[in-house]
Amino acid sequence: MERDVRVCVMGEDVGHYGGSYKVTKGLAEKYGDLRVLDTPIAENSFTGMGIGAAMTGLRPIIEGMNMGFLLLAFNQISNNCGMLHYTSGGQFKIPVVIRGPGGVGRQLGAEHSQRLESYFQSIPGIQMVACSTPYNAKGLMKAAIRSDNPVILFEHVLLYNLKERIPDEEYVLNLEEAEMVRPGEHVTILTYSRMRYHVMQAAKTLVNKGYDPEVIDIRSLKPFDLYTIGNSIKKTHRVLIVEECMRTGGIGASLTAAITENFHDYLDAPIMCLSSQDVPTPYAGTLEEWTVVQPPQIVAAVEQLCR
Amino acid sequence: MASSCLTKSKNFIIYNLKSKSSFTDRISAFTNSLFHHRLLHTISPLPVRKHAAYSRVNRTDDSQRFFELAYVQRRLHSTVSVSSDVTQLPVESPSLQILDFPGGKVKFTKKLSFTSNSTEERVHCYRVLDDNGQLFTDVDSLEISKELAIKMYTNMVTLEVMDTVFYESQRQGRISFYATTTGEEAINIASAAALNDNDFVFPQYREPGVLLWRGFTLQEFANQLFGNKHEYGKGRQMPIHYGSRKLNYFTVASTVATQIPHAVGAAYSLKMEKQDSCVITYFGDGGTSTADFHAAMNFAAVLEVPVIFFCRNNGWAISTPVNEQFRSDGVVVKGKAYGVPSIRIDGNDALAIYNAVYEARKMAIKEQTPVLIEALTYRAGHHTTSDDSTRYRSVEEIERWRGDQNPVKRFRAWIEGRGWWNGVAESEYRSSIRKQVAQVIQVAERVEKPPVADMFNDVYDVPPTNLNEQEAFVQKTVKKHRQDYPSDVPL
Repeated sequence: MERDVRVCVMGEDVGHYGGSYKVTKGLAEKYGDLRVLDTPIAENSFTGMGIGAAMTGLRPIIEGMNMGFLLLAFNQISNNCGMLHYTSGGQFKIPVVIRGPGGVGRQLGAEHSQRLESYFQSIPGIQMVACSTPYNAKGLMKAAIRSDNPVILFEHVLLYNLKERIPDEEYVLNLEEAEMVRPGEHVTILTYSRMRYHVMQAAKTLVNKGYDPEVIDIRSLKPFDLYTIGNSIKKTHRVLIVEECMRTGGIGASLTAAITENFHDYLDAPIMCLSSQDVPTPYAGTLEEWTVVQPPQIVAAVEQLCR
Repeated sequence: MASSCLTKSKNFIIYNLKSKSSFTDRISAFTNSLFHHRLLHTISPLPVRKHAAYSRVNRTDDSQRFFELAYVQRRLHSTVSVSSDVTQLPVESPSLQILDFPGGKVKFTKKLSFTSNSTEERVHCYRVLDDNGQLFTDVDSLEISKELAIKMYTNMVTLEVMDTVFYESQRQGRISFYATTTGEEAINIASAAALNDNDFVFPQYREPGVLLWRGFTLQEFANQLFGNKHEYGKGRQMPIHYGSRKLNYFTVASTVATQIPHAVGAAYSLKMEKQDSCVITYFGDGGTSTADFHAAMNFAAVLEVPVIFFCRNNGWAISTPVNEQFRSDGVVVKGKAYGVPSIRIDGNDALAIYNAVYEARKMAIKEQTPVLIEALTYRAGHHTTSDDSTRYRSVEEIERWRGDQNPVKRFRAWIEGRGWWNGVAESEYRSSIRKQVAQVIQVAERVEKPPVADMFNDVYDVPPTNLNEQEAFVQKTVKKHRQDYPSDVPL
C-alpha cells in the first residue's frame, strides 16, 4: 500500500477492527479509513464495488471475512470479475485481489468451513493461489497485488499463528509456480495450504520407516504448475494428492484429471487422492478431525502406493 | 454507558427476583442508589396497580412479580439516557423526552401506530414541457442554446431511426439479436447531454444513446452488432453489449444491476483521487428489486460518493408490470430510505431530464453525495427481439405511448416552436440517417469476423499454457475438418 497509492482494502471490519483475523491490523490508522474501507454486509455488492473501482484504475484488495461468505459474491466474481476483461475486448482490466481465511478451522461450524477453491476453480479469467507459510504469504500477496489479472488468494484460518523469519525487503513470488518442500525419490505428494503441515508430519514418520517422499506444495491452484509436478512424476512415478477439499469436484479431482491426461505413461500406480468426505463439516471436534485428512492416513496411503 | 446502565439494572432486578425480600423495598433501594442517580429524575416511583392488563389471568405471586419486573424493565429501557441535558428535562412532559440509542437521538411517542404502507399522495413528478411540447411558465429550467437543442434532437432522431433499422435487420436474419430504446430516447440523449465526457457511465443495456451522444459512430454500433473484427469487444459478446473505454462507457454485461455496485466502486475511486467528475449508472424498474441495487444505494450513502443512480422506470420488466415488481410509491421513495437525495421526473420530457441530471451532477460532485433520479417513462418497444409484448399488454396501450407521449415528438414540438427546426429539416435528416444506417450494416456485414486466436486472448493479460494448448488443439481440429467449421472465421 505504501508503494502504490492505488492499492486499497475493502471488506467487513477491516478498518479499525483490523479484520477478523487481524490481517489488516494497523492499516486503517496508517492509511485512513477511506483506503481501508469497512463495508456493509453485502458481499456481492462490495465485491462489485471492488470490480468497479478496479476498472477505473484502483487496485482493490477485497476481503471475505471468511471465504465462505464470498459464495454470496459468486455472481460478481464469475459473471463480471472473471469476464469483463474478455467481453470488453481487453478495454477494461480488473486487477483485484480477493482474499480471506478459509478451510476447516477448529469447530467453526459447517458454514464457516467452506473450501471455496472447489467452487471457484472453473471460472475463466481468474487465477487462484493458496499460501501456506509466512514467507510465501508475503510473496504471493505482493505478486497478486501487482498482477493485472483478478487473483483469488486462499488463506487458511488455522495458519495465521505461524511464525517464521522472513526478509524485510520486498520480494515477489511467482503466482504460477509450485514450491518444492522436500525433494525425494519414492513418491510425489502434492498438497497445498494447511495439508502441507499434515503431509510434513507424515513425512517424518515415513522417513523413519525408510521411505523418501517428495513433497510439493502446489500453491498455484489455477493454473496448475504442471512443469514442476510433471518433473516430479517423471522421477518418482507415484502420486499422492492430499487436499482439504471434498472428494467431489475439488482441486484434487481436477489435479488427478490433469496428471492422468498429461503424465499417464510415467505412472507406475493409479493416482491416490486423499480428501475430505462429501459432508458438511460437523461442529463436534472429534468428527471434524475425522473429516480432515490426518497424518496416519497419509502414511498408510504412501505405504500402499509404494507396495 | 447506556448499555452498561441497562445491564447493571437488569442484573440488579434479576438478583432481586431470586431473593425473597419485598419487591417494593428493593425497588426503592434501587432508585435511591447513587449509581443510578440520573435515572431518578426520569423514573417516577413505580405505581402499585400498573399491571391491570395481567390481572385478569389467575397468576401466582412469582409470575406477578415477573410482570412487574418486566414492566419496570420496559420503563428503564425507554427512559435511560446518559447525556447531560436529560437531567434538565422536566419529568411532567414525557413527550419531550429523547431516546439516545446508537444511531442518534430520537423522540419517543406513547402512541402505538404504524406508518402507513402508502402515502396520501405520490411523490410529484418534475416536468417542464407539457404534452404538446410547450414550456410551462414559471418553470425551473435552464436555458439551452440552439446548438445544444439541435444536437439533442438530432441525436434522438438518430437513435430512433437506428433502432428501427437495426431491429428490422434482426428480423431479416442479418443480426442475431437486438433491443430497442423506443420511448426512452429522451432519457438516453438528454441525460448524456447534461454530463461531461469524462464522467463514467455504467449502463444496463437500454442506453446506447449515451454512447451515440459521446461520438460512437453508426459504423461502430454496426460492427458490434455483427461481431466483426473491428468491434471493440472482439466479437465476444452478444449484440447491444457495447463498451468503449475511450468514451468512458463501461461494457454492458447481461447480468441485471451488477453495474450498480460497480458504479459505486468507480465513484469511490473518483473520491479517493479527488477528481472533478462523477459516475452515472442506469437501470430499470426491475433492476431495483435486486440485492445489488439496495446494497449499492446504501453503501453509496454511507461512503458519500459522487454517483447518480438513474432509474428508467418504464413500467415493464419484460412481462412484469411495476405493480408486481414493488408496492412502494415507485423507486424515488427508496432514496429516502437509504438517505439518498432523490427526484422523480418525467422521463419523456427531454428538457426536464437535462435539467435534473445537470443539477444532480453538480450536487454529486460538490457535496460528494449520491443522487437518485427516477424517470417515469414507457417501454414502447418489446423487451428485445426475443419478446412479443403484445402477449402481455394491449396493442392500444403501446400505440398510445408511441403517439402523444412520444418523447421525440414532444421535444420536436418545442424546438420547432423556437424556430430552430422544421418539417423539411426533419424529413431530410431522417432519410439521411436511414441511408447511413443501411450503409453501415452493409459494410459491417462484409467485414471478417475476429480470428479464433481472439477466443483465447484477454481471458488473462497473457494467455497461460493451458489456454495456449487448448487453442492449438482447436486450430488443429479446425484445419483438419475445415468444411465443418464456419468459413468466415479466420484461424
